[in-house]
Amino acid sequence: MSAMILYPVIMLGAVAGIAAILLFLTAKKFHVEEDPRIDKVAELLPGANCGGCGYPGCRGLAEAIVKAADKGDIGGLSCPPGGSAAMKAIGEVLGMAVAESEPMVAVLRCGGTHEKAPRTLKYDGAPKCVIAHTVFAGEKGCPNGCLGLGDCVTVCAFGAMYMDEKTGLPVIDPAKCVACGACVKACPRKIIEMRPKGRKDRRVWVNCVNTEKGAAAMKYCKAACIGCGKCVKECPEKVQAITLQNNLAYIDPKKCIACGKCVLVCPTKAILATFEPPKPKPVESQSAEAPKATV
Amino acid sequence: MNLKTFRIGGVHPPENKLSAGVPIEAAALPKRAFIHLGQHLGAPAKPVVQKGDKVRVGTLIGTGEGFISAAVHSSVSGTVFAIDAVVDASGYKRPAVIIDVEGDEWEPAIDRSLELKKEITLDKKAIVDRLKEAGIVGLGGATFPAHVKYMVPEGKKVDTLIINAVECEPYLTSDHRVMLERADEVLVGTRILMTALGVERAVIGIEANKPDAIEILSRKAQDHPGITVQALKVQYPQGAEKQLIKAILNREVPSGKLPLDVGCVVNNVGTAVAVYEAVQKNKPLFERVVTLTGKKIPKKANFLVRVGTPITQLIDACGGAPEGTAKFINGGPMMGKAMVNTDIPVTKGTSGVILVDESEAKRNAPGDCIRCAKCVAACPMGLEPYLIEKQAEYALWEDAEKEDAADCMECGCCQFTCPAARPLLDNIRLAKATVMRIRRERSKK
Repeated sequence: MSAMILYPVIMLGAVAGIAAILLFLTAKKFHVEEDPRIDKVAELLPGANCGGCGYPGCRGLAEAIVKAADKGDIGGLSCPPGGSAAMKAIGEVLGMAVAESEPMVAVLRCGGTHEKAPRTLKYDGAPKCVIAHTVFAGEKGCPNGCLGLGDCVTVCAFGAMYMDEKTGLPVIDPAKCVACGACVKACPRKIIEMRPKGRKDRRVWVNCVNTEKGAAAMKYCKAACIGCGKCVKECPEKVQAITLQNNLAYIDPKKCIACGKCVLVCPTKAILATFEPPKPKPVESQSAEAPKATV
Repeated sequence: MNLKTFRIGGVHPPENKLSAGVPIEAAALPKRAFIHLGQHLGAPAKPVVQKGDKVRVGTLIGTGEGFISAAVHSSVSGTVFAIDAVVDASGYKRPAVIIDVEGDEWEPAIDRSLELKKEITLDKKAIVDRLKEAGIVGLGGATFPAHVKYMVPEGKKVDTLIINAVECEPYLTSDHRVMLERADEVLVGTRILMTALGVERAVIGIEANKPDAIEILSRKAQDHPGITVQALKVQYPQGAEKQLIKAILNREVPSGKLPLDVGCVVNNVGTAVAVYEAVQKNKPLFERVVTLTGKKIPKKANFLVRVGTPITQLIDACGGAPEGTAKFINGGPMMGKAMVNTDIPVTKGTSGVILVDESEAKRNAPGDCIRCAKCVAACPMGLEPYLIEKQAEYALWEDAEKEDAADCMECGCCQFTCPAARPLLDNIRLAKATVMRIRRERSKK
């Protein structure tokens, strides 16, 4: 009886012992010397493997950072979700100075809601923006506007986007957005833009990318930028952050001081702000209430 | 009768050739014509008229720039109202010349007599130059500039010209009517193209569902040595270039190659008539036959339409769109695309307009792929549509390239047979476009 247990135990024990010795020897012989800094850097990265940096996962970026550190400059590399905080910590580990980078956020630039731009057509093809974009101008007829099929929502790895059924447009949650840029790449119409978060979260942007003449654009969308140029004139002379090109205004976030004056003059309310713009002086009886952005 | 066809794949959708018995009638002139400058494959033409200019029917209004491009002529007489962007069938705006129509005054150089001119006086080069001047493009639908096709590069030997009179798309009957009513012009046009290529043999391929056209062309072809008529089994997509070559000559065009590489050139039968008119009558391409059909529309028609005429006008001439029309399809029901609105103008590539009602137009909700492989059996190019669809879904472009996604000709057989109603073609088109883009970028490096 005891032999029935004893022999297998001895046999398996011996096999285990030999295997352990073999494994130990192979591990010694084929040991790969890896830079210990890679592990340390990888630990400081968020670990979401979003690919926003352009490298395959966080470890890929960590390897690239260490490689760049050996050459003496890690300035060109950054982790969009980690932001400057992560890069600062990495810089400390590697003993290098890292320039402060501005935190960014994705911004949707289309106001073609169901209400403002009614759907006149029905698309029944494969529900993907990239496909619909090649087939036709879109259900609302705007050749530049949001197609509303949610390619951007599908690629968001951080749950920062969802499709609003009421408006037919995607919504970006700035608190969750890590600015990885996946949605910017996914959008076939280049509607989503990466913009700096701004001081105290104050941002102003033109909520339209339509380049058609005002009258033509207004035919299908009441929230289109008509290129009237009122905002350009309203922008303080010292700032001049707004440019008008191809019937479309663009606010340069680097120059914009987020005063909110342009928001109030826009006739189609195509300029949005994340804050309540100051009411104009009571002398001018402008009762039009400025739209408050939900994103 | 010996009926030939291609071997791999293909489907046979209900033919519905409702307008086959309706003679061609000239459509009324529009009040304002919208003539797109990019009516052909390749770079859009450059406008050579200005606002306020007086033009006549046949006046050159745009010149083809670059190697693959074609000239555009005015289809009406009147005053140029503007040169502006006009919405095309997809809803995107493209440059166009807008002309206010006044009367119907033709360029004096155009011979408007109905007399048949059989004698071919021009030589090879002169014919090709004439095709270029007249802005002739393939009228089958791809609108490839004709003169480019007939500039055979040195070292390539062509022995056969194939005239594509298959019209395998359901509903469409424009080519059928052209063959019946203008058989002599078709044959002289074919001979002109034979001269341009320097070949002794031409084959006109016609599907067996057009026995009257086969009969009339076979009879008349006896006076034209070298031209034969080949009856073909009814099978979609036989009108595709590669499938037609396989059916008639049993030659296979390799992947990424042209018909020229297997010694033939394929041309549509409507183009043959346009070539006849351009070479013998000095008439540029500014009008074409358009089928207007649909199950519910009161009147079916084959219109001879001036390019630039709004499609609404044609629909109104047929009694207006019946209630419940869900889609207006530009082209055949298999390869055509639904138009965003009917105000868009007829172009050189508009072979037909089909009004489809709700019950027919509805696409079923897609289910999961059940791996029945019907799409594989139906694909005339021998591809695996179910696989390429998945690769497109997961953005595996390198794999899609290995599966020859770029060989897809978008005939839609896979989607037509799919019992799960999967959007196969939608995704394969995406894969094809992406693979082509990747290839272009690679070749640039």
